[in-house]
Amino acid sequence: MSRASFNTSSSSSDNTAESEADACTEQTRRALLMSALATTACLACSTQVHAGEDGPGSDERPQKGDLLVFSEGDQEGKPVTAADLSAGGPPVHAWPKDPKTSVVRSASRLNEILIIRLDPAELDEQTKARAVDGILAYSAICSHAGCPVTAWVKSDVGDKEVLKCMCHNSEYDPRAAAQVVFGPAPRRLAALPLALADGSLTVAGNFVGKVGGAQPG
Amino acid sequence: MTRKQWLLSGFVAFTCLASTAAVSGPVENYAPVTAQRLENPEPSNWMLYRRTYDGQGYSPLDQINTSNVKNLTPVWTFATGVVEGHEAPPIVNNGVMFVATPMGQVIALNAKTGDEYWRYKRQLPDDLFQLHPTSRGVGLWEDKLYLATTDDHVVALDAKTGKVVWDTKVQDYKKGQYMTLMPLIVDGKVIVGGSGGEFGVRGYVAAYDAKDGKELWRTYTIPGEGEPGHDTWQGEDWKNGGGSAWMTGNYDKDTKTIYWGVGNAAPWPGEMHPGDNLYTSSVLALDPNTGKIKTYHQYHQNDSWDWDEVEAPMLIDLQRDGRNIKSLVHPGRDAIFWILERTPTKINYVAGWPFVSTDVWKGIDAESGRPIVDPAHKPMVGKRVEFCPSLWGGKDWPSAAYSQKTGLVYVPANENFCGGFTGEKVPLKPGELWLGTKPEDIGLKTKPGADHFGELQAWDPVTGKKMWQHNFPKSQLFGSVTATAGDLVFVGGTNDRNFRAFNAKSGELLWEQKTNSGIMGMPVSYEIDGTQYIAIQSGWGVDAQRIQDALVTNNIGIEANVPQGGVIWVFALKK
Repeated sequence: MSRASFNTSSSSSDNTAESEADACTEQTRRALLMSALATTACLACSTQVHAGEDGPGSDERPQKGDLLVFSEGDQEGKPVTAADLSAGGPPVHAWPKDPKTSVVRSASRLNEILIIRLDPAELDEQTKARAVDGILAYSAICSHAGCPVTAWVKSDVGDKEVLKCMCHNSEYDPRAAAQVVFGPAPRRLAALPLALADGSLTVAGNFVGKVGGAQPG
Repeated sequence: MTRKQWLLSGFVAFTCLASTAAVSGPVENYAPVTAQRLENPEPSNWMLYRRTYDGQGYSPLDQINTSNVKNLTPVWTFATGVVEGHEAPPIVNNGVMFVATPMGQVIALNAKTGDEYWRYKRQLPDDLFQLHPTSRGVGLWEDKLYLATTDDHVVALDAKTGKVVWDTKVQDYKKGQYMTLMPLIVDGKVIVGGSGGEFGVRGYVAAYDAKDGKELWRTYTIPGEGEPGHDTWQGEDWKNGGGSAWMTGNYDKDTKTIYWGVGNAAPWPGEMHPGDNLYTSSVLALDPNTGKIKTYHQYHQNDSWDWDEVEAPMLIDLQRDGRNIKSLVHPGRDAIFWILERTPTKINYVAGWPFVSTDVWKGIDAESGRPIVDPAHKPMVGKRVEFCPSLWGGKDWPSAAYSQKTGLVYVPANENFCGGFTGEKVPLKPGELWLGTKPEDIGLKTKPGADHFGELQAWDPVTGKKMWQHNFPKSQLFGSVTATAGDLVFVGGTNDRNFRAFNAKSGELLWEQKTNSGIMGMPVSYEIDGTQYIAIQSGWGVDAQRIQDALVTNNIGIEANVPQGGVIWVFALKK
């Protein structure tokens, strides 16, 4: 384009094009994550169920005795075992599965679960009582605006890693019953009681706390 | 009745109230909104997104002016009870104010006293993924209001009572379809555009009958097979090509043409959707009666930077180079200040120049208006690429304004921000975000030694000269601008919670007021009983908060905490 020019108007702007990207300051990984959300951008990618694949019971909340199966990755659909969980995280993403019907309860994104294994010594008393060999499960849905919680990153306000919703930067401490430590979320993530049988994780009870985002006051 | 029946009946009654609660009583003597009133609005009212169909964001009221604005003081406030980004202009019709807030709420107030008439609270689905929990306002027609919701419905409310008149599902929120814009009302048609480009949707603009909510037309912003422009896509890319249209359009009442901004292509890296990708990053000229695309202009081709061009261009009559030009003026997210000419059959490129520094463009072809990209700063698959400005662009969705008195365009810009990411091919799953990059690899950076970030700029669109600029040393500028005949420019948008008034001619800061939260909203002006008021929503969140979080981590002395929570502020001169 031989006639290309920024001087097609009589602009007096001194903001001419220049190459400065390389001169930009470096930032932390956390900052990179936070800045990911430009107006139409967000990070967290929650697995969603495809229409037409839902069986009876697939939209029901987790039931006592349900197996927990991977919701993503190479092992998608396979049961989550204690051996699959690295101490100190990151969490794995899972769906509850009815062991009798083999229906995976993935028809509602509100059923997605984070399973994480932590050092029992780091857990507060309430959380320790709920843990099985340091393994904990929480709802993967942020209590602020219902975005998925996907990140396991260093906190904005401390030196420990936390569960994070990248939509609006809410952070939850899984060592303290997923209480909110940063961001606009109004309440903790719902917890899911667990049991361990023959190395596989199962659901031991209903969610403790409300799953999903807030409504106006 | 048994105890169980009592309980059940009480539950049903509560459910009905919760969805359409009339709190304090109906509005009396409501002034119905007509085509004539929208086309020639009384100076005392603010009934459209930018007050007038031309999108100029200009109030002809001048009681508050450069000589007395120092006496501006709050006269009433109203807490919305909601956190997150409050982006809607308070809409005012003959003494009644309607305010939309995040989470699908509309509040009707006495605009003089702040007394509440009624409040509508939408019961949003529990499983809604609210990426952008906000609303940019309600449209008015006859005796109804129209709200586009984040669960992708258009809802008509009775303006006097807040009761739902009709509720039409537009598309499926579970597939990433949602809306945040204020509907544009043209002659009995409720016109909306969809969000969701980041979920890999196919964008559209659609019109609904204001009376009953029946869909009248839907025009996709990505042309399908057999439609003009389809050949700018390859293979099946068009089916999930993005091009969402999530901001309110403007309207030329003389030629009966809507001008609507269209967002970027999906996913982000252009390699993943070769071609020009019409009509992404464009302005469409649409027939409001049929939705037919009359013509278009694409600001930049094969977008790879997440640079939505969704803000509709302002319609301004200019005298330039010795002739009268019916122009379209658009300070773009792509960092270029665009001057176009609108004709009945074509949009012509007139001029363009960068209004913030950019390393992406080498120039603009003078004949076609196509910007020329520097490939070194165009994101691609498998390699990290940096570019300036950032993903938020030179100016994001917050609106510029044009003063008919000064002839200047006022731009809320951001300088010294850059970004980058590595493109990655990922499969599309409906309802999941689909960016074409690993989220962890995306970044915002500040240029070393930068002495400011936000800039309020004043440009002469005739000469292309920048007339003045106010810098904000430790804050982004992320709020819409309003100009008034009092030679004032009002804007919030900074992380210090201030609302400000500038001299429109000189750029001198004349007044500022600390508010409860940061301001992302749009200032409006109206008049009741001879008193001019300025109104704004203060309520920080969404992208302003995201930039804030990124700034804090750059360790450049930025305050971390901007409190959230919405409050409507109304100001008048001290008596």
